[in-house]
Amino acid sequence: MKNPSVDTHLLPADSGTIGTEPLLAVDNLHVEFTTRQGVARAVNGVSYSLNAGETLAVLGESGSGKSVTAQAIMGILDMPPARIPKGEIRFRGTDLLQLSEAQRSQIRGQQIAMIFQDALSALNPVFTVGWQIAEMFRVHKGMSKKAAYAKAIELMDRVRIPAARQRVNDYPHQFSGGMRQRIMIAMSIALDPEVLIADEPTTALDVTVQAQIMELLAELQRESNMGLILITHDLGVVADVADKIAVMYGGRIVENAPVHDIYGNAAHPYTKGLLESIPRVDMKGQELYAIKGLPPNLLDMPTGCAFHPRCPFRQDNCVTDVPALHEISGTRSSACHYWREVLDGTAG
Amino acid sequence: MGRYVVRRLLQAIPVLLGTTFLIFTLVYWLPGDPIQALAGDRAVDPVFRATMREMFHLDDPLVVQYGYYIQGIFSGDFGTTFRGLPVSTIFEGKFQITLNLAMTALVIEAIVGIGLGLVAALRRGKATDTAILAFTLLLVSIPTLVSGFVLQLVLGLQLKTSTGIDFFPVAGTSAGWRSYLLPGIVLAGTSIAYLTRLTRTSLMETLRADYVRTAIAKGMPRRRVLGRHALRNSLIPLVTYLGADLGALMSGAVITETIFNLNGIGRQLVDSVYLSENSVVVGIVTVLVLIFIAANLIVDLLYAVLDPRIRYE
Repeated sequence: MKNPSVDTHLLPADSGTIGTEPLLAVDNLHVEFTTRQGVARAVNGVSYSLNAGETLAVLGESGSGKSVTAQAIMGILDMPPARIPKGEIRFRGTDLLQLSEAQRSQIRGQQIAMIFQDALSALNPVFTVGWQIAEMFRVHKGMSKKAAYAKAIELMDRVRIPAARQRVNDYPHQFSGGMRQRIMIAMSIALDPEVLIADEPTTALDVTVQAQIMELLAELQRESNMGLILITHDLGVVADVADKIAVMYGGRIVENAPVHDIYGNAAHPYTKGLLESIPRVDMKGQELYAIKGLPPNLLDMPTGCAFHPRCPFRQDNCVTDVPALHEISGTRSSACHYWREVLDGTAG
Repeated sequence: MGRYVVRRLLQAIPVLLGTTFLIFTLVYWLPGDPIQALAGDRAVDPVFRATMREMFHLDDPLVVQYGYYIQGIFSGDFGTTFRGLPVSTIFEGKFQITLNLAMTALVIEAIVGIGLGLVAALRRGKATDTAILAFTLLLVSIPTLVSGFVLQLVLGLQLKTSTGIDFFPVAGTSAGWRSYLLPGIVLAGTSIAYLTRLTRTSLMETLRADYVRTAIAKGMPRRRVLGRHALRNSLIPLVTYLGADLGALMSGAVITETIFNLNGIGRQLVDSVYLSENSVVVGIVTVLVLIFIAANLIVDLLYAVLDPRIRYE
C-alpha cells in the first residue's frame, strides 16, 4: 500500500521545470470568507502535493482549513462569500484556478472526485441510488439509460453492496450508513478519477464499519492507482492507509511527514499534542490528555505562531514571529521555531 | 395506497358533519325571518306562514332541523329553497364557473409565482431579487377591488380600444377560457405574492443542501443541478401551499366574480345570505368543504410522488 514514489511536496513554487510535476499540487493557497464580522482567513498559504497511487492524509481539527482547501481543489466553494486571493492549484501542471467554470466542471467528478462526510445528506433523497450513480455516465459519457444503469450495478458490486441488482432502484434512506457511504464511493469512482478527495469519509460511521470503508478505499486505490487525499481528524485511520501526513492548524500546514516518521516523533508541538490525546488502553484510569485552549478564531488570528496561545513550549518570539516551514529532511518539515527541541524532547 | 385513500375519504365524513353543523348553526342564528323575506315589505298571511314553517321544519329544534338536512345530503338531495326551487338547480353551472375561475387563477399563480420565486432565489441579493420582493409587497397591498377595476379598464377596455383586438374579455363567460384570464389574474394576485416568497425561501434553502454540493462535485452542469437536483426537493412545500390555496381561491372569488360579472357560487353565496336561503348557504359550504378535502388528499398523494421517503400503506 505504501507507495515508493518520489516525494515532491517540498518543491519550490515554480516547479514546472524542476523535476517531475506531481499529479496535483496545491501551492501557497489562500482562501478567505467575507462575513458580517469581517474577513475570515480560513486558509493561509497551504502547499501540498500528491502523486498517482499516493495517499496524503490531511489532519487537523474543525476550522483548521483542511476541508476548505479540499473544496477549493474541487471548485465547490461558494464564491462569494469565499475568495481565493492568492495561490495555485495545479492538476497535471495546469492551474485549475485559471480555468473557466465550464472547463472546471469537465474535471470535476471525472478527473478529481470527492466523497463527503455524511452520505445521508450528501445523497439526494428523492432519486434512487442507481439514478444518482448512472447520472455520471449519462451526463458525462452520454450513455443510454439502460447502459448507464448496468454500469451503476457493476459499480455497486465493486463497492460490495449485496444484491446490487435488486437494490439499484432503492432510495438512499433505505440503506444503512455504511452502505450509503459505499454508494457515495461508487459514485465518486464511477469515471475512474485520478484524484479522489475523501472528506472525513468515516466520521459518521460505526467503528467496525469505518475499518471496512477505509479498506475499500485502499483497495480501490490500489486497483486504479489514484491519488487519494484523506481529510480526517482521526489519527487511527491515518496510520493504516496514509503514505504521508500534512498536519494543519489555523489555515496553515504546521508539519509534513511520512506516516511512519510521525508517530512518537513529532516535530511540532501541535502534532505532539494530537498524538498524546489518542486514548490508549495502557493509560486506563489516567486522565485523558487534551490540548488546552480553543482553536483560533479565524476572524482574529493570534500574532506570530497561531498555536502559541495553546503551546506548552511557547517562547517570547513565538508571540511575534510567524514561523516558516523549516525543512527537517527531504520529506519532513515543521512550522515551529523550536522544532529541534520538540523532536529531541528537550523543548520547554 | 388504495387503502390509504379509502381511509382518508372515511375520515372526511366526520369533518363534513362538523363543518356543515357549524354552518347550519350559524345560519340558524342569523337575524331575520326567511318567510318574511319572501314577501318583502308586505305583510305575510299567517296561514301561509304556518304552512311554510311546517313544511321547512322551522319550528323544530336546531338538531332536528339539521337531522332532516343531513339525511337529505346523504341521499344526494340538497333540499329546496323557500322559493320552491331545488337547490341543485341553483347550483347548476355555477360551481363550474367558480371552479374554472379558481383553476385559471391557480395555474397563473403557479407559473408566475414559482417562476418569479426561482429567479429571485438565483439572483439572491441582487437588484432583480429586490425588485421581485418589492413587487410582491405591492401585490399584497393592493385590494382586489382596486386591481380588479384597474385591470379591467386598462387591459380590458383601453387595450381593446387602442389595438382593436379583444385580448381580455372584461365580463361574462361568452368568450370561453379567455373570459377567465383577466379575473384569474386578479384573483391570483395576493397568492402570487405569497407563492413567490415561499418559492424563493424554499429554493434558497435547498441550494444550501449537501446533495446540491454533491451534484456540483459530480461535475453536473448548473442547469441540471438546479432543474433536477434542487427543484424537485424545493417543490414539496409549494405543493402544500397550492393545494390549500385552491379552497381559498374558490371561497374568495366573490369580489372578483362581481367585478367581472361571472355568475359563480361566490355571488350566489352572498345573495343567499341576504335572502336567508339557508339551504343554499349550507349547500354551497358543504360542496366547498368537499372540494377542500379532495384538494388536500391530492396534495398528500403528490407528496409520495415527490418524496420517496413518504409512503402510504
